[in-house]
Amino acid sequence: MRTSARRCLALAAAAAAGLGCGSQRADDVVTLRFWGMGREGEVVQELARGFERDNPGIRVRVQQIPWTAAHEKLLTAHVGDATPDIAQLGNTWIAEFAALDALVPLDVQVAASPVIDPAGYFPGIWKTNIVDSTLYGVPWYVDTRVVFYRTDLLAKAGYASFPTSWAEWRAAMTKIREQGGAGKYGILLPTNEWPQPVIFGQQAGSLLLADGGREGAFSDPPFRAGFDFYTGLFRDSLAPSISSNQISNIYQEFANGTYAMIITGPWNIGEFRRRLPPDLQDKWATAPLPGPTGAASGISTAGGASLVIFRGSRHQAEAWKLLEYLSRPEQQLAFWRLTGDLPARLESWKDTALIGDRHTRAFWEQLQRVEPLPAVPEIELIVTKVFETGEKVVRGGTPVPRALEDLDRQVDDILEKRRWMLDRARPRVAPTGGGDIGGVR
Amino acid sequence: MGIQATPEAELPRHAAASAAMHTGRTTEGTVARAAWWFLAPALLLIGVFFFLPVAASLVLSITDFDIYAVGDLANARFVGARNYVALLDNPLFWTALQNTFYFALIGGPLTVAVSLGAALLVNAKAVRFKSLFRTLYFIPFVTTLVAVAIVWRYLYQPQYGLLNYALGAVGVPPINWLGDPKWAMPAIILLAVWKNFGYNMLIFIAGLQAIPEELYEAAKIDGASALRQFWHVSLPMLAPTFFFVGVVTMIGYFQLFAEPYVMTQGGPLRSTTSLVLMMYEEGFRWWRMGAAAAIAFVLFVLILAWTLLQLWIERRTGRAA
Repeated sequence: MRTSARRCLALAAAAAAGLGCGSQRADDVVTLRFWGMGREGEVVQELARGFERDNPGIRVRVQQIPWTAAHEKLLTAHVGDATPDIAQLGNTWIAEFAALDALVPLDVQVAASPVIDPAGYFPGIWKTNIVDSTLYGVPWYVDTRVVFYRTDLLAKAGYASFPTSWAEWRAAMTKIREQGGAGKYGILLPTNEWPQPVIFGQQAGSLLLADGGREGAFSDPPFRAGFDFYTGLFRDSLAPSISSNQISNIYQEFANGTYAMIITGPWNIGEFRRRLPPDLQDKWATAPLPGPTGAASGISTAGGASLVIFRGSRHQAEAWKLLEYLSRPEQQLAFWRLTGDLPARLESWKDTALIGDRHTRAFWEQLQRVEPLPAVPEIELIVTKVFETGEKVVRGGTPVPRALEDLDRQVDDILEKRRWMLDRARPRVAPTGGGDIGGVR
Repeated sequence: MGIQATPEAELPRHAAASAAMHTGRTTEGTVARAAWWFLAPALLLIGVFFFLPVAASLVLSITDFDIYAVGDLANARFVGARNYVALLDNPLFWTALQNTFYFALIGGPLTVAVSLGAALLVNAKAVRFKSLFRTLYFIPFVTTLVAVAIVWRYLYQPQYGLLNYALGAVGVPPINWLGDPKWAMPAIILLAVWKNFGYNMLIFIAGLQAIPEELYEAAKIDGASALRQFWHVSLPMLAPTFFFVGVVTMIGYFQLFAEPYVMTQGGPLRSTTSLVLMMYEEGFRWWRMGAAAAIAFVLFVLILAWTLLQLWIERRTGRAA
């Protein structure tokens, strides 16, 4: 019995080995595995065709991943040593994957690159790729939030151009609400979205986290000021206290004049053109966000996605070539034409179709004033807590000071591990100058 | 291995005959050993795929395994009961627990009641096309939940949805089914009842058909009405079926996940976040595996306690009857 079992095992092993050997055959052509998310994943193969023509020895195989599953799939791939060579990564995830030591630092390549120059990118966006002064990604497309508004309703309230300071902005909303009557509001700020409360806090000068990302800074005066402004808009019924899934169709409500403004991103330019009725098409516009003290303080989020190369890749040089190719100004423009995603390179914006477009122009102005979120892996969870705190105040009636103290306490709990890691790393990092800790592979 | 064991396992019968001439004890020993061989494959599978993961998750739940530990295992710490303490301190846990109980305690009995009703209808003598109805009622159970949920999202759509249209026809103002924190859970329960009653119905039908016809005849001779027949014959005879259906349904319902995951993502205002959904978020969204494992264990204890309670009630009522 024992012998037969062993023989069987040996046979199985041999079979498996045979299969394994058969399937692994080296080829002259290098195949790069690219993971693209959502719509971007659909079009990148088309862009890669030109790259394949230029580089006959390299093939690009694109795998599309839906955004909702992307984060999970990337993490699982990292654990299972199955990461792609190159991928698109939402820039709020970079700190997390850098902490996992999954990404290749790109400082040296960028310094030597004839194509990529940090000065040719929006500074706030470029910063999102830097974790502890190391560069881990190159911006691919950018994304930020601006105000979409009804020009007719603002004109009726007496505003020929969009306000640039909080005080004026608030006055405009008040006027619009008064003129609109019951069930009409100045602005829509869905209570289940984090960018709005976070942006107002950043505009008021908050860094969100204190002491190098060791603890929350939400009860400090700057964030408090922004949060007061945010919650005040609900308290005074300038914004309806509803979450985005309570509105069945934001375009229809915008067309009805339920609210005259909405803070949202570039993807909605196309949606507004498609979904608003024809007679409203010349009655909406976009504007950069107002700030507490005027236009200069009107910063917004530094969103978008970057291209990164994974440490597990055996074709890092080829992956860098592809990254450079996709970063060329003309490729950035082609990408914008295919997806509507705004190019990360300043040079691509020289194209008149982009800068000349009256709806896109506000994004160009806004992108000069964007501020990244703190580069800590926990940031997504933290910003979730921020909007939940907003909901508690707006819909649950919790007083602002208590809500913010509670938020700080939650954030400090979330960052406990990070503090421990930093304290532990400090003595080790100092002598080696931040060497490759834990990068055993 | 199993094949090898077969001749050995056949031995006892012959051995019993021959062993009877010697002593009885060897026979018992051989039988016991053979039984172990028979059980071995199943035990091995249960051990590897059930007990081992459960033990591993128990260990995981006393560590702070997270995104940093994925990068380097040295970053994981043993934290004792801290995950559990933090969980009890987390208001979301109590919300999720409340939602889970809401769903299970309303949805569970409702499902059982609806399936019993459907079983009685389908089993009634006057009904024609019995197998057609059985199949129709069973179809939701075998349909993919995600597909069903998407269709139901259309039904629940506040402005154009069929459900509000029907309610509007009888003068009920439109309900924001999935957008209103008060209505989201009832909407999920309605979907779950519709989706799951078919399975229980089949079991009830089997239970009903196993009741001997003579009992009903005797009851009729005693002058029992249809209602009294149901109350004094059908229900007591269905007691074991009830127990099975109740336990299986409640175990399933305490693990509510896919419905809110697809329909509401736990919202609005966390009103449909169940324990398993919270566990999923902790584990796969925030990658805090230690915390997620703690939730899993709390849920395990909860379900175990509930099942034991049902068992106890079943024993007591069984003895009383």
